Amino acid sequence: MNFRLKIWRQKNRQSQGRLVDYDAPDISENASLLEMLDIVNERLVLRGEQPIAFDSDCREGICGTCCLTIDGEAHGPDHPGAACELYMRKFQDGETITIEPFRVKSFPVVKDLVVDRSSLDRIVQAGGFISARAGSAPEANSILVPKPDADLAMEAAACIGCGACAAACPNASAMLFTAAKVSHLALLPQGSPERTQRVANMVNTMDAEGFGNCTNTYECEAVCPAEISASFIAKLNREYARARLRRSVGE
Amino acid sequence: MIGSLEAKIPPGPLAQKWTSHKDHSRLISPNNRRKFEIVIVGSGLAGGSAAATLGELGYQVRCFCYQDSPRRAHSIAAQGGINAAKNYQNDGDSVYRLFYDTIKGGDFRSREANVYRLAEVSANIIDQCVAQGVPFAREYSGYLANRSFGGAQVSRTFYARGQTGQQLLLGCYQALCRQIAGGNVQMFPQTEMLDLVIVDGHAKGVVTRNLRTGKIEKHAADAVVLATGGYGNVFYLSTNARGCNVTATYRAYKKGALFANPCFTQIHPTCIPHSGEYQSKLTLMSESLRNDGRVWVPKRKEDCIKSPNDIAQQDRDYYLERKYPSYGNLSPRDIASRAAKEVCDEGRGVGPGGRGVYLDFADAIRRLGEPTIAERYGNLFEVYEKITGENAYRVPMRIYPAIHYTMGGLWVDYNLMSNVPGLFVIGEANFSDHGANRLGASALMQGLADGYFVLPETLPNYLAGQMGKRPSTDNHEFKKAESEVCNRLENLLKINGSRSLDSIHRELGTLLWDKCGMARNKKGLEEALAKIPVLRQQFWKDVRVPGQNEDFNQSLERAGRVADFLEFAELLCIDALTRDESCGAHFREEHQTPEGEALRDDEKFADVFAWEFQGANGGITPPRLHREPLHFETVHLAQRSYK
Repeated sequence: MNFRLKIWRQKNRQSQGRLVDYDAPDISENASLLEMLDIVNERLVLRGEQPIAFDSDCREGICGTCCLTIDGEAHGPDHPGAACELYMRKFQDGETITIEPFRVKSFPVVKDLVVDRSSLDRIVQAGGFISARAGSAPEANSILVPKPDADLAMEAAACIGCGACAAACPNASAMLFTAAKVSHLALLPQGSPERTQRVANMVNTMDAEGFGNCTNTYECEAVCPAEISASFIAKLNREYARARLRRSVGE
Repeated sequence: MIGSLEAKIPPGPLAQKWTSHKDHSRLISPNNRRKFEIVIVGSGLAGGSAAATLGELGYQVRCFCYQDSPRRAHSIAAQGGINAAKNYQNDGDSVYRLFYDTIKGGDFRSREANVYRLAEVSANIIDQCVAQGVPFAREYSGYLANRSFGGAQVSRTFYARGQTGQQLLLGCYQALCRQIAGGNVQMFPQTEMLDLVIVDGHAKGVVTRNLRTGKIEKHAADAVVLATGGYGNVFYLSTNARGCNVTATYRAYKKGALFANPCFTQIHPTCIPHSGEYQSKLTLMSESLRNDGRVWVPKRKEDCIKSPNDIAQQDRDYYLERKYPSYGNLSPRDIASRAAKEVCDEGRGVGPGGRGVYLDFADAIRRLGEPTIAERYGNLFEVYEKITGENAYRVPMRIYPAIHYTMGGLWVDYNLMSNVPGLFVIGEANFSDHGANRLGASALMQGLADGYFVLPETLPNYLAGQMGKRPSTDNHEFKKAESEVCNRLENLLKINGSRSLDSIHRELGTLLWDKCGMARNKKGLEEALAKIPVLRQQFWKDVRVPGQNEDFNQSLERAGRVADFLEFAELLCIDALTRDESCGAHFREEHQTPEGEALRDDEKFADVFAWEFQGANGGITPPRLHREPLHFETVHLAQRSYK
């Protein structure tokens, strides 16, 4: 297959970026989009040009490293799935494909298609955990968790932390990301003691990092490779309201 | 050699060794802990859990990872589950049985005491993970669910859908985040360790490169912990993430740490087959699929081109069930892998290139219904469809073995310390627990056992004698290591040749897969050993690495890793050639039973091969072999039989 590519090139965080045209002839339909970029890069290097910087690691949709906006959609047209799970057979021969980084103010561009998502780590550092010291855990089966709760917690916990939710959101909101972690932990009895503090701290950090608010457009849910449901945002709002209420009565 | 090759296994009965060892190890008091700086390289299950636990204990930890966040380490991709001797199913499991299965599965090439300890702490891991909020699968009663997994006759595997590695890693990442927020752990993402610094015979720091800026930094420490995973990517194509590499462990080896059993490389039987040269990695289909899937190929070569659904039952060869009636489709990984190679070598393989076998769910769907199968494996079926464009509910999956895990690694004693005092190695990066073959759902168990429960007990025993001995980074050993690192980077950038990095790495991988893959022989290994130096020379003469050091330069970071693989490959083949027996995943064609099973030679080879680097002037001087005999006091050495 043959493709025309328009790829975002940007030297570093300070410099201006722009879309540059490339040809990608003779690509197998069984190659993934990232493998197509590997081939383009190999050809660029041998021609003496700078290869396109892009991030990827596991290349099987679980590590959350890849972060491309493809033809205007976070992770491209084949939802659900991360950019590394997108195969060229999903495109038409001769098609022009535009590839840009995730566009979020809180994810500054490092180079070309690579962005800095450490803001997401800082949201988790603010409280996205259960404080359980190694060595003091009780016998596992002494904590019973109803199966529906465990299953729902797992659905939220499946988030791969790629940040596509914020990239797709017109407000660049990280609500789905934050909601997934708050819900996962709040749904489990183990997470209950720190529930109030956790949601307050995580939401405050999310705001401080410059992410926007949710206005229910559900673009996040549409692009999420892990199919995290937007209803967890409702759960986040409820948790947040509960935390505010408890504080107001001095608990 | 720096240090000694003493395994330091505590005296006493097997079941009491760990307890008594802990009771007699030296401690560091809480107010002194903050005076110790620990460098941890890697943030997967082993490194992440160690960093979180040591941070919690009060040590000052610096943790490094090449990924942009510690949550992305490759442990995240483990699908199937984690073993623990909880015996929740009342099906006869026990610590002893998990120990025995692991020793036997490793084909009697691991240390009894290490493996017993692993089985012993396995139950604590589950307690710890549940307390952290890992959403393991549950029964309707609210109790934890289990399933059985490759190579085991009991149900002792805990799982979180098909994403167990992800959930365990996130549990550990969250614990780490808490320590980062609390100031006990300083995290250095996108930072790669490029050298180990040894001062007066002790590991006292590392030299790193910031991958975003190219900045070279020196970090002094009281102890260095490597948790940098395996070296499967030496084969180019493997199920490892693109970034997985041997650099940290190999450079420690070049500084005097012994590399043990590098030829023990595990092939995973259930991966999606290779489809073309452009392919950058192989994708694993969890082994748990073998619980309900039946493996077969056509009995007749002519049938291979037919659609599988058109091949009648009597024309199918369910070869695992036929050859190994009691384990059948759940036979251990090495046995299942070789059996697949064998039927493909006979010309009965299916799919492009004839390198594939069917994994068929038709019977299970008939018996349990599609919704049950979807609940168990739905996400795996989706992954399969994305990659191949085929629906495995309708046509059988095609699978083929691929490199997946490496049992070999840096040599460590019972305390997980290498022969270099102060250098600890945990998780897949060490060699210690899996022998010649790892059982399914044991990698996650070992990574977390090392990080949460073993290292935090053994590290203080070393540190107790090291108070105030941390050197400054102005020490000449740091300066020397730094300038070596800089020279090497400059040399890589100077080559400016005509070959791409991938083309050389791919060539190395193909060579190793052919000569040192699922089956090995003397002639092939000698051929590989003749070709590797030539390829390495080509690399240093003709590779093209664009850009400069002071930049985010992905080509440069990969070039350094490929350069190390090109040296390490030689060590791998030397080990495979020297180990003139078959055992576990190491199958030497010269040594097999009449039925084609691995034939061990316990008289000559019941020991660990630990290699010492001897310098590289021009070529690489052959490494020196040290042998650690394995003593089996509890188990009886038997030929593995899964019939």
